[in-house]
Amino acid sequence: MITLRNIHKSFGTQKVLDGLDLDIPAGQITAIIGPSGEGKSVLLKHLIGLLQPDSGAVEVDGESIRNLRRSELNRIREKFGMLFQNVALFDSMTVFENVAFPLQEKTTFSKSEIRSKVASALEDVGLKNIDGKFPDELSGGMKKRVGLARAVVLNPKIILFDEPTTGLDPIIKRAIHQLIKDTHAKFGFTAVIVSHEIPEIFDVAQNVAMLFRGKILQHGTPDEIIHSTDPAIRQFISGSLDGPIQMV
Amino acid sequence: MIQALGHSTIETVRALGRTGWFLLYSLYMIVRRPGSLVHVLKQVRFIGTKSLFVIVLTAAFTGMVLGLQGYYSLSKFGSEGMLGTAVALSLIRELGPVLAALMVTGRAGSAITAEIGIMRITEQIDALETMALDPFKYLVTPKFIAAMISLPLLCAIFDVIGIYGGWLVGVKLLGVNPGAYFYEMENSVVWRDVYSGILKSFSFGIIIAWIGCYKGYYAGHGAEGVSKATTESVVLTSVIILVWDYFLTSVLL
Repeated sequence: MITLRNIHKSFGTQKVLDGLDLDIPAGQITAIIGPSGEGKSVLLKHLIGLLQPDSGAVEVDGESIRNLRRSELNRIREKFGMLFQNVALFDSMTVFENVAFPLQEKTTFSKSEIRSKVASALEDVGLKNIDGKFPDELSGGMKKRVGLARAVVLNPKIILFDEPTTGLDPIIKRAIHQLIKDTHAKFGFTAVIVSHEIPEIFDVAQNVAMLFRGKILQHGTPDEIIHSTDPAIRQFISGSLDGPIQMV
Repeated sequence: MIQALGHSTIETVRALGRTGWFLLYSLYMIVRRPGSLVHVLKQVRFIGTKSLFVIVLTAAFTGMVLGLQGYYSLSKFGSEGMLGTAVALSLIRELGPVLAALMVTGRAGSAITAEIGIMRITEQIDALETMALDPFKYLVTPKFIAAMISLPLLCAIFDVIGIYGGWLVGVKLLGVNPGAYFYEMENSVVWRDVYSGILKSFSFGIIIAWIGCYKGYYAGHGAEGVSKATTESVVLTSVIILVWDYFLTSVLL
């Protein structure tokens, strides 16, 4: 369970999060939706301590992660895996080395055990025979899948997905969403997905939270969000130009 | 206006504090978690071995021009025999460490900033942090150790090549007595001269790694941010090397 209470965050004079409250239930897939530039990625980075709030509390399994020493924060971060918006694969390493890296650094597995775990993680995401390739030799969809393999390889309790399907074609998008559902069913982790994919994300997530003007406007099941009467949520789902959400 | 001045002063002080903290934390990490030998050796190859060509080239021409200028000046006093001493002392005490450091700054310092800066803007550093790994151990510490090893070695090579550059021009082209060139050098150059040059280049290695890594680690957004960080890194490293050189020379004289 991850809890955010009264989170405020500004960059210079720009207020991004303005008293945000959110409970992310354990073992479920929670999607955070909202217009571009509203601070969804900023919110995600608060969950893992990559950004610290100006005020407010972030708790992971009942432990506050504010102002912790690096070693204490790292202990909590060991519960997490993260798939970044731009995947953030290490570009000087091969696919194998990228996926093997967390295993080499965080475990005492032997070389052969690491080889078999990497092969299994890559197979889980539907990738074969690309171990020796470098990230810049891969397509966008393949990079996302390698990123997903790296995020799940240590079998973390919580995985954060920052726009996992942005820039991909509809078929690959569906494949990535299916992959998230399948790996979630297999490992049972808590997933937080920042996404713009309406309506596909309603099929993937068990909870959806709409972020608007620095606050969570509504948090509920996909059905509750789809049938919401809030004008901003209705406008966002319908993609209408008229409504409280203004294009910047 | 007063508010703007106050804001920029606070920002400057904060940046200075962050720069100082970066150096102290890097040195602490060298003692605490120096990183793997493979990472360090890779960086020695990048900072040291791959700088060899440019070091040899600049050393040869620096020595040759010292031979020319030294001969011109010394011949006015009839002291051409002291040419070896003049070339060797200039190189070993001053030009070797400083020019080698400036060459490495241009070649490797800029690349260090660009590499870490690109890792910053493509969230690769964030990825390390989310894996509960300290980015300093992988990105910063090996570069510090490699620069501290490479710079004194490159400086020594610069000195030797420079001395032979001076010999080529002074002895082979201008007719200075070859025995006098090396004999006077042996008489005049003492261990303290060599030691001070090596100490200088060791400290310049720290400066190159420090500013190169710092500017990349805190690079701004996008390609423009990395490009700005790279330029600032080269300029700032060069200025600090020259300023630090003055203070170190005044202490070591």
